[in-house]
Amino acid sequence: MTLHRRDLLLAGAGLAVSGRARAQAAPLRLGVLTDMSGPYRDLTGPGSFAGARQAAEEFSAATGIAVEVIVGDHQNKPDVGANIARQWFDREGVEAVIDLPNSAVALAVSGIAREKNKVVLGSGVGSTVFTGAQCSPNSIQYTYDTYMLAKGTGDALVKQGADSWYFITADYAFGHALQADTTRFVEAAGGKVLGSARYPFPATTDFSSFLLGAQSARPKVIGLANAGADLVNCIKQAREFGLMRGGVKLACLLMTVVDTISLGLPEAQGLLMTESFYWDLNDRTRAFAERVKSKRQGGVVHASCAGCYGATLHYLKAVKDLGLERARASGLEVVERMKAMPTDDDCFGPGRIREDGRKLTPGYLFQVKSPAESRGPFDVHKLVATTPAEEAARPLAEGGCPFVRS
Amino acid sequence: MDSFLDLIETISGRPAPLLFGQLLLGLINGAFYAMMSLGLAVIFGLLNIINFTHGAQFMMGAFAAWMLLEWAGLNYWWALVLVPIVIGFTGVVMERLMISRLYKLDHLYGLLLTFGLGLIIEGVFRNQFGSSGLPYRIPDQLQGAWDLGFMFLPVYRGWVVIAALILCLATWLVIEKTRLGAYLRAATENAPLVQAFGVNVPRMVTLTYGFGVALAAIGGVLAAPIYSVNPQMGTNLIIVVFAVVVIGGMGSILGSIITGFGLGIVEGLTKVYYPEASATVIFVIMAIVLLARPAGLFGRA
Repeated sequence: MTLHRRDLLLAGAGLAVSGRARAQAAPLRLGVLTDMSGPYRDLTGPGSFAGARQAAEEFSAATGIAVEVIVGDHQNKPDVGANIARQWFDREGVEAVIDLPNSAVALAVSGIAREKNKVVLGSGVGSTVFTGAQCSPNSIQYTYDTYMLAKGTGDALVKQGADSWYFITADYAFGHALQADTTRFVEAAGGKVLGSARYPFPATTDFSSFLLGAQSARPKVIGLANAGADLVNCIKQAREFGLMRGGVKLACLLMTVVDTISLGLPEAQGLLMTESFYWDLNDRTRAFAERVKSKRQGGVVHASCAGCYGATLHYLKAVKDLGLERARASGLEVVERMKAMPTDDDCFGPGRIREDGRKLTPGYLFQVKSPAESRGPFDVHKLVATTPAEEAARPLAEGGCPFVRS
Repeated sequence: MDSFLDLIETISGRPAPLLFGQLLLGLINGAFYAMMSLGLAVIFGLLNIINFTHGAQFMMGAFAAWMLLEWAGLNYWWALVLVPIVIGFTGVVMERLMISRLYKLDHLYGLLLTFGLGLIIEGVFRNQFGSSGLPYRIPDQLQGAWDLGFMFLPVYRGWVVIAALILCLATWLVIEKTRLGAYLRAATENAPLVQAFGVNVPRMVTLTYGFGVALAAIGGVLAAPIYSVNPQMGTNLIIVVFAVVVIGGMGSILGSIITGFGLGIVEGLTKVYYPEASATVIFVIMAIVLLARPAGLFGRA
C-alpha cells in the first residue's frame, strides 16, 4: 500500500516537472496515434512513427524550432484512440495527431480535434467519408483513399480488356465500400460485374470455396475487396488452385508493398495494385528512403511512412509560417494555412491540399516484379501507369463535405 | 452417370461440379479441424485442462517451420519431423512449470492460465515478426494439381487430408488399443490407484500434454504453405475448433475426429448456399447439440 502511495507521489512530481519544462523550453509536441500491436502494425505503426520523426528532425535542423514526436497505440478501438487523443490534447500539450489507420478511430479522433481546435493529419485513413460527409476543417487526408484505389486498379484493368468482374468481399463496411467504388468504375468503363461473394470477417482463413465459386461464374477478373492477411491468404490459395493458369486475373484493391513482401515474389509476381508512394519511384523518393532507413530497423519504407513524413513536414512549414503562438492557439488556422500553401516533399513531389482536406496525389498502378527482375528484398514493384493527381481524387462536388462552398 | 448428375443438380439447385468441389474442400478444412480438436480432446480427456494456448501453439508450429527454413536451411520434410518435437517440448516445460500447479483447482483456472499464455505468446511473436505474415512455399514434391473433372485439386491439399487421417487414426489406436493408452485411460479414472501399481502418473500427464501440443504444431506446419504465416493465424481457427470439441463431446477422441470432418463438410455446403452464414453455422449446430445432448454427440454424460 505504501508503495502505491509513493508511486502516486512520484507520478505527481513527474507531472509537475514536465509542466515546468513545458513552460520553459516548450518544444512543439506531435503525437503519432497508430496501430502498434494489431493487424495493421506492419503497414503503419513503427514505420509511420519513423516518418513523422524524420520530418521533425529535418525541420528542427533547418529552423532551430524544437519538435517532439510521441507515439500511442490505439489498438484499433475507437474508445481507446479517443481516450489517448483527449489525454494528449488536454494534459500533454499535443498540437497535432498523426496517421490514424482504421477509419473508425480516425473519425472519433477527428471529432475531438475539431472540438478542441487541434489538428489531425490523417495519413493512414482510407475511408472517403473522412473528406466527404464527415469531413472536418481541422483534418487533412494525406496519403490515399479508397476512391483512388478503386479507380487506379479498376479503370486500368477494364482498359486492358478485362471487362467482366466477380468480387470476393470482406463482409464489413470497408469491404462493401471498396466493392461499390470499384463497381462504379468498372461499369463506367464499359465492364460488367457478374456477381460477388461476401465472406464472414474476420473469421475466415480458407478462401478456396469462394475462389472456386468465383471461378465457376467465369469472370475475366476476380476483385479482392479485402486487406492484410485475408488478401495474402486469397492470393496464395488462388495460385494453389490454379486460377491464374485458367486465365483469370486478380485485382487486389488494397495491396501494399508490405503485402507483396509478405507473400514473396514467386507467389505475388504479376499482380497489379495502386499506391501513392513507392520508395524506388524517383531520385527524391530514393533519397528519402536512404535517409529514413536507420529508423526503419530493417523494414521497407512504405506509403504510411512517406505519408506521415510529408504530412508532418507540411504541417511544420505552416506552423512556422503562421508563428508558433498563433499555431498553438488555433489548429483551424494551421490547417487553413496548410491548404493555402503548396505542398512539396521528397515523397510526393509538388502538390496541394484541397478545400475538403484531401491532399491531391497521383495514383500509381504498380505490377509485382518476377523473382528474376528483382535485385533486392525490397525491389518488388514496377510502375505501369499513373493517374494524375486531379483525377485520382473524387471530384470535390461529389464528396458532400458540408463546409465546402459549391 | 449423366442422369445421376442431373438428378443431383435438380435436388440441390446448384451445378454438380460446384457442389462436389465444395464438399471436397469442406473435407479438407475438416481435416484441419479434426487434427486440432484431436489435440484438445487428448489434453482435456487426460488432464482436465481446457487448453486455450492451442491456437498459439498451432501458430508456433508454422513459425518454427519458417525459422527452420530461413535460419537453418531445413526444408518442409525436416520441419514435419523436428517442429512437433521442439514445440512439444515447450509444451512439456509449460506443463511442468505452470499448468501442473492447477490440477487441484477448478477448470476455470487452467482455462485462464492457458488463455493468458496464448495472448502473451501471440504478442511476443507479433513484436518480433510483425503482423503482416511471412512467406512459406509449398514443397516442390507437392506442387501442382490434379484435374478431377469437376475441380482442380491441388496435390498439397490431398496430402493434408491423408496426413490428417493417418495422424488421427494413429492417435486413436494408441489410446484405445495399446497398453500405454490403457494406462492413460486408467489414470484419468483413478490416478492414485494407477500410481499404486508403479506407474509414474505425473510424468505420463506431462508427456500427454506435450503430445497434444505436438499435434497442434504439426497442424501449424501443414498449414504454413497454404495460409498466411502470421501471429494471429491460430486465433481464427481455434474458436471453430473449440466448437468442434464441444459438439463432439469434451474429451472424446473419436468424437472430435468424426465431428471435425463432418463439420468441415457442413461448412462447405453452407458456402454453396449462403456464404455469409458459413462462419456461424458451426455455432448454430453447437447450440442445438448443447440443448439436445449437453455432453456432446459422442460424450458420456
